[in-house]
Amino acid sequence: MLAVECIELTKDYRAGFWRPRPVRALDHLSLAVEQGEIFGLLGHNGAGKTTTLKLLLRLIFPTSGEARILGQPAGMMARQIGYLPENPYFYDYLRCRELVEYYAELANVPARERRRQVAWALDRVGMAGAAETSLRKCSKGMVQRVGLAQAIVHQPAVLFLDEPMSGLDPLGRRQVRDLILELKSRGATVVFSTHILADAEQLCDRVAILQKGRLAGQGRLETLLAAEEDKVELVFAQAGPPQRRVVARAELWGQLDQLRAQGAVIHAVTPLRRSLEEIFLSPGAPPASGGQSAAAAAPAAVPVEARRR
Amino acid sequence: MTNSATISVARNAFREAIRDRVLFSLVFFAVLMVGAAVLFSQMSFGISAQSLVNFSLAAITALGVILAVFLGNQLVAKEIERRTLYTLLAHPVRRSQFLLGKFAGLAATVAVNCGLMGVTLLVALAYVLPGHWAAGEAAVIAALYLILLALAVLIAIALLFSCFASPVMAALFSLAVFIIGNFDQNLRRLGSTAHSWLGGHAAIIVADVLPNFGGFNVAAAAAHFQPIAWRLLGWDTLYAIVYASVALVLATAVFASRDLK
Repeated sequence: MLAVECIELTKDYRAGFWRPRPVRALDHLSLAVEQGEIFGLLGHNGAGKTTTLKLLLRLIFPTSGEARILGQPAGMMARQIGYLPENPYFYDYLRCRELVEYYAELANVPARERRRQVAWALDRVGMAGAAETSLRKCSKGMVQRVGLAQAIVHQPAVLFLDEPMSGLDPLGRRQVRDLILELKSRGATVVFSTHILADAEQLCDRVAILQKGRLAGQGRLETLLAAEEDKVELVFAQAGPPQRRVVARAELWGQLDQLRAQGAVIHAVTPLRRSLEEIFLSPGAPPASGGQSAAAAAPAAVPVEARRR
Repeated sequence: MTNSATISVARNAFREAIRDRVLFSLVFFAVLMVGAAVLFSQMSFGISAQSLVNFSLAAITALGVILAVFLGNQLVAKEIERRTLYTLLAHPVRRSQFLLGKFAGLAATVAVNCGLMGVTLLVALAYVLPGHWAAGEAAVIAALYLILLALAVLIAIALLFSCFASPVMAALFSLAVFIIGNFDQNLRRLGSTAHSWLGGHAAIIVADVLPNFGGFNVAAAAAHFQPIAWRLLGWDTLYAIVYASVALVLATAVFASRDLK
């Protein structure tokens, strides 16, 4: 059984007051997230990440298509879901402990277990010492942590996190990363949206890249990142400034022999590995299978200094 | 999904009102009552009690309407604006449970407010009419009960408007309904005497559709310590339950399919 499934999910909004016209926020998105995976939704602002999460949570309703969670239509498995919205705001008249307790109550955590669960959740996000602090007095990072605590207090099977690292300091980001990995080790599925690619690279088993509401690519991270590992970068000097050249791995020895014959000095030979950022920012759509994107190909020979500029 | 979600939301709405110092209006009312009691005690025996009851019931109604309209129309809008509703509905809470919980929480807040103001009124009455105040006690309590019913209907209407209108528009709509609803009898009279067929029917339709808030107003009878008929109390209770239920069902229908952008 899949943890999360989007089948041709489409969402149109109506924009304009006098003559409303449909604006497509999400266009026939199909995704499948396995149980126990950490899945990243990547994309620029307005790419459709938050729309996708809202559709999965039934906060908005699809124009067409279907969303399923743990094999059931979205909205049927709310007890198994945890959610942290982007830049969350919570009832500021409550203390941190009261807020997490309130959400535990809503999630039907039995009264006898509630106190223990709340203490566990606050401890896991590093807020145990500030449990009695009023939310009015909390910093943005503290609110983000409390938001995470309310999302995990009932130990959900599927966790949706919208930009979970937003507003956190380096220590907080590390704690959240560790928490996500811990939840995965407990068997939870984590779907999170982010535009912080380093987080996705460190955490995600698979990612989907959205561009203008469409799925631009999805696959295992190592597959996407290794798409160009069959290429090698050569840095050499030949009576002038150092130059770089990208060649196919199969042509490497022939190229080296040729350069040596021309009296070139070889500075470096480095296998090429695309970063997620290159995939993310490439104007061309990355392939769904994680193969090579034409737009990512580097120029054949560009002076290193020029590349650095 | 159980009704415990409704109770949790209601309890939190009540806690919000308490912590946001909504009940501070009670202090204002208490000061008003002390001043009024001292002032009216200078008048002759009958007039002082009549004036005090009239004045107090009007003040309780006004403060109740302010609470019902201005808190009621923010119930949904504020939760959407601050995105607190997103995390709430991601839990096993149905939208209807959320609305019902909010209604119950605000109704409880208004009831506590009106109840405490009522107690203040009874104490002030005992000061103005030492030894005689018990005569009017039942009538005043009945009048307070009917005010509470009217406010419950108004909260349901404010909640309905808050499901699709902005807070400002929802407040204006709710206030308009309350004011027009207080002139129900006048509208019906206008409907039966209007020269224009269209105007007459329009007045009757408005009177039929909008709640008859005038029917909950027994301040004049209470001020004269006339007993309020049980039949009226029963009928008004039924009317308020039906009207508030219809408004809440409509609110749920509107809110159930609303996109929370």
